[in-house]
Amino acid sequence: MSKVNINIDGIPITTDSNKTILEAALENNIYIPNLCHHEDLKPVGVCRMCMVEIEGIRGQAIACKTTVAEGMKVKIDSTEINAIRQTTLELIHANHAQDCTTCHQNNNCQLQEVTAYVGINEKRFERMRKTRPYIDIDTSNPFFNLDHNKCIMCGICVRTCDEVQGVNALDYGNRGFDTVISTFGNKPIKESICESCGECVVRCPVGALYPKLTQVPSREVKTVCTYCGVGCNIFLGVRGDKIVSSRGDRSSIVNKGRLCVKGRFGYDFVNHPDRLKVPLIKKDGVFVEATWDEALDLIATKFAAAKKEKFAAFSSARVTNEENYVVQKFTRAVMGTNNIDHCARLCHAPTVSGLVQTFGSGAMTNSIDEFLHTKTVFSIGSNTTAAHPIIALHIKQAKRNGAKIIVANPKQIDLCHHADLFLQQYPGTDVALLFGMIRVIVDEKLYDKKFISERCENFEAFITTLEDFSLESVEKITGVPQSLIAEAARMYATNGPSSIVYAMGITQHTHGTDNVLAISNLALLTGNIGKESAGVNPLRGQNNVQGACDMGALPDVYPGYQKVNIPANQQKFEAAWGVKLDDKFGITHTEIITEIEHGNIKALYQVGENPVISEADANHVKKALSKLDFFVVQDIFMTETAQFAHVILPAASFAEKDGTFTNTERRVQRVRKAIEPISESKTDWWITCQIAKRMGAQGFDFSNAEEIWKEASGLVTNYAGITYDRIDKVGLQWPCPTLEHEGTKFLHKEKFATPSGKAKFIPLTYKISTELPDKEYPLLLTTDRSLFHYHTSTMTRKVAGLRILDEEELLKINPADAKAFDVKDGDMVKVKSRRGEVEVKVKVSNICQRGVVSMTFHFFESPTNELTICAVDPIAKIPETKVCAVKIEKM
Amino acid sequence: MCECLETIFKKFKGKEEELIPLLQSVQEEAGFLSESAMRDIAKFLRIPQSKVHGVATFYAQFRFKPKGRKHIMLCRGTACHVKGAPRILEEIENHLEIKEGETSADLEHSIESVACIGACSLAPCITVNNKVHADLTPQKIEALFNKRMN
Repeated sequence: MSKVNINIDGIPITTDSNKTILEAALENNIYIPNLCHHEDLKPVGVCRMCMVEIEGIRGQAIACKTTVAEGMKVKIDSTEINAIRQTTLELIHANHAQDCTTCHQNNNCQLQEVTAYVGINEKRFERMRKTRPYIDIDTSNPFFNLDHNKCIMCGICVRTCDEVQGVNALDYGNRGFDTVISTFGNKPIKESICESCGECVVRCPVGALYPKLTQVPSREVKTVCTYCGVGCNIFLGVRGDKIVSSRGDRSSIVNKGRLCVKGRFGYDFVNHPDRLKVPLIKKDGVFVEATWDEALDLIATKFAAAKKEKFAAFSSARVTNEENYVVQKFTRAVMGTNNIDHCARLCHAPTVSGLVQTFGSGAMTNSIDEFLHTKTVFSIGSNTTAAHPIIALHIKQAKRNGAKIIVANPKQIDLCHHADLFLQQYPGTDVALLFGMIRVIVDEKLYDKKFISERCENFEAFITTLEDFSLESVEKITGVPQSLIAEAARMYATNGPSSIVYAMGITQHTHGTDNVLAISNLALLTGNIGKESAGVNPLRGQNNVQGACDMGALPDVYPGYQKVNIPANQQKFEAAWGVKLDDKFGITHTEIITEIEHGNIKALYQVGENPVISEADANHVKKALSKLDFFVVQDIFMTETAQFAHVILPAASFAEKDGTFTNTERRVQRVRKAIEPISESKTDWWITCQIAKRMGAQGFDFSNAEEIWKEASGLVTNYAGITYDRIDKVGLQWPCPTLEHEGTKFLHKEKFATPSGKAKFIPLTYKISTELPDKEYPLLLTTDRSLFHYHTSTMTRKVAGLRILDEEELLKINPADAKAFDVKDGDMVKVKSRRGEVEVKVKVSNICQRGVVSMTFHFFESPTNELTICAVDPIAKIPETKVCAVKIEKM
Repeated sequence: MCECLETIFKKFKGKEEELIPLLQSVQEEAGFLSESAMRDIAKFLRIPQSKVHGVATFYAQFRFKPKGRKHIMLCRGTACHVKGAPRILEEIENHLEIKEGETSADLEHSIESVACIGACSLAPCITVNNKVHADLTPQKIEALFNKRMN
């Protein structure tokens, strides 16, 4: 960017040549009054406050719309300018409520600031007051209100909803005196398409859009949001011992201050009265309050009697890296087994098993920020706006920067509104779809020959296996028109850098690993990997699911994906932990449940998980859990799973502890304690260490999280360079092997992490899903997520506003199917599968294709997973929660 | 989406700048712009629904409720105004028990006031389904609508 020299009120300023006069002035701490300007938004120049005079140019210029030029001389104040500003401002005041002292925005109001600077004549504007009657405040949204009587029509909310959020819930409605900020059909905000992210609320310069809960915090603590894998940086506001606010950190590279509805408003669960407060021990079928000593001693005794293959542990993708490290160390070093797993098994196990085969490392290859410069984003099997809202903002921003977006999804998700191409494949046919695209790229010779010859292996063998994937047969399997598949293939191959985004729609299948391999084949073929803004990006679901995997809460690897059956690794960890370790792989999440049912596993230690709701074929899980001799659940709330426990231990939430989370882009970020643990609850690592110590184990004498981090990072090369000091302000992305290393923005730059250093093409065949609709069960049920809830909703349903925004489970069904089954909106139906039945309300919607119905799994009243099938992927052992056959019966 | 919309959409390319002509065509066909029609228009042009709403509510020519079978346009031009148009409006409203901009529940009548219908020499005047009724007085209004009701 070239620099220019300008002069503002006699002060020489050097600035970038693309800056406006207003930006140049504000940067240099020179105030020019303004109301419609916001640094995140394009200038519109509607408030007419930033009038300036430019030497040599007649009349006034708008500072926010005028770009600086070499030698420009600007005068920002004169009698004439102020007179103009004054009149304009008086007209704004004439239409503005005058109740400043009781207004939420008092002392923080830009209209007050401008008025103080310009000065107005009250007598004059009183006469101009418009006769428009008072408009009722829109209080429909549970988190914020809209008071039209205070609106100054700056349009910042409208532009935020458009430019930042890409939702466009708001626009100007009507004309002249009657102009208001309005939703489609002038409906209350809650009934509009508003996602309640609150981005407009934080930007509103006056008190027109304001949060309902407005307690000012006495201090703020920088930490990481506890929802989803994006890992947004937030400031939690604390007043006394309560969390009273949350705001995005504008300096964060991850979210740049932006938050979704859960991150901004979903913190009430922390201080919820239902939090578990004391340890509970089940006596005669009833939970009785106990002391920590009682509970821990009981656990130590019981666990001591169920060591090795009689024991299993479920760690948690929601607790910190340090806590996952301690749980897996406890399982391996104290209990003598590798039977440890966590819910990544139910989400991204195929990512790990698939991408490790092809690239050598199972994580997002690129950074979130890189989406901004991607030219083609191919989103497949990811409802990004609902499950990873802030990554969706990056994708929408890429679109604004000129990128193309391809969405492949069985359902017409929100991202389709922004897509250039939408491929609506039948659930479970992704391998066929991806190979159809691969076939087009190969047939039309659009592949990257240089990249393939230099960096890949097995290409020659691979292309001979594409016979079965002619576009005719792929169309037949997927239901996607041939022309669309071809167009998508060309777009992806030729309009690079291209990046693939995927999530549960790819992984939760019996052929989940195949799906992932198909994706990596496509990326390798076009050379869209190992480059900036081009890669394969599995979006991790929970806040620390990446970290839980990295820390070795998996049955086959020690921390850092070091296989337990490789003697060198075993020796390394035996030396570090001072005990003998088992060299056999442990069993996976789904297998653990089966082994419990068979009576082979007697004791289960479960940290922060709710498999009764989240695991496929939930009835099977319930049956298994009730067979356990001893079951310990460690959680922040009483869950459906905890009901089966013998001992429940109250854990501290993310706001009550120190540690680190690793987000989906491999960035290790600091989590900081904002308040003391609620009541008698304790941090998860403290609890696990206490159990270990009471069993006489050595190596669990940690006094804080940082000590655990030091031990863990010392055993993992990729983490070795990451210390609490280094990530104090900005997190580092692994691999980060040394203290001087800057972290790794994107993976596989020079070579792949495979033994040969080359990536591998893997031939595949298309396999059908285990249970497809038939005469008896004619509909295909697939599962999805709601923006307003998170996982089994143990936290989000404790937040009143989120409950209001999404209050119950809905069975989404295509209008044609609804007609065929004679159901309409709001009807209650029984949904039955071969494994169970649930009752649920119907929502007729075009988002589902014919023959496909969908439900979330957020609501215990309609436990969707009692319907799903526990058929698993042979490699990754992930259950097929995306495809099962159901029928519906009207109630 | 109803068939009539599909027929109209066929005449357009689906470009954002076609919004106003498209709104006009739909209104001409359907008599008003329903929410579902505006949703379909937004989808067809690939623009936000709120934008369609914003543009449609900006222009006085668009209506969001169905017209009555007898659509009354009341002239509020200068000549009519001077010769008592407000009084005429009041009289019509009283007779039909609906306000300006509204449609009666039985969809029989609707009232709209317009800036000028170009018949100043006949002021004050209204049109009922494009038929002009001139030199109106409250008595004439009574007769006009009573006769119709009988």
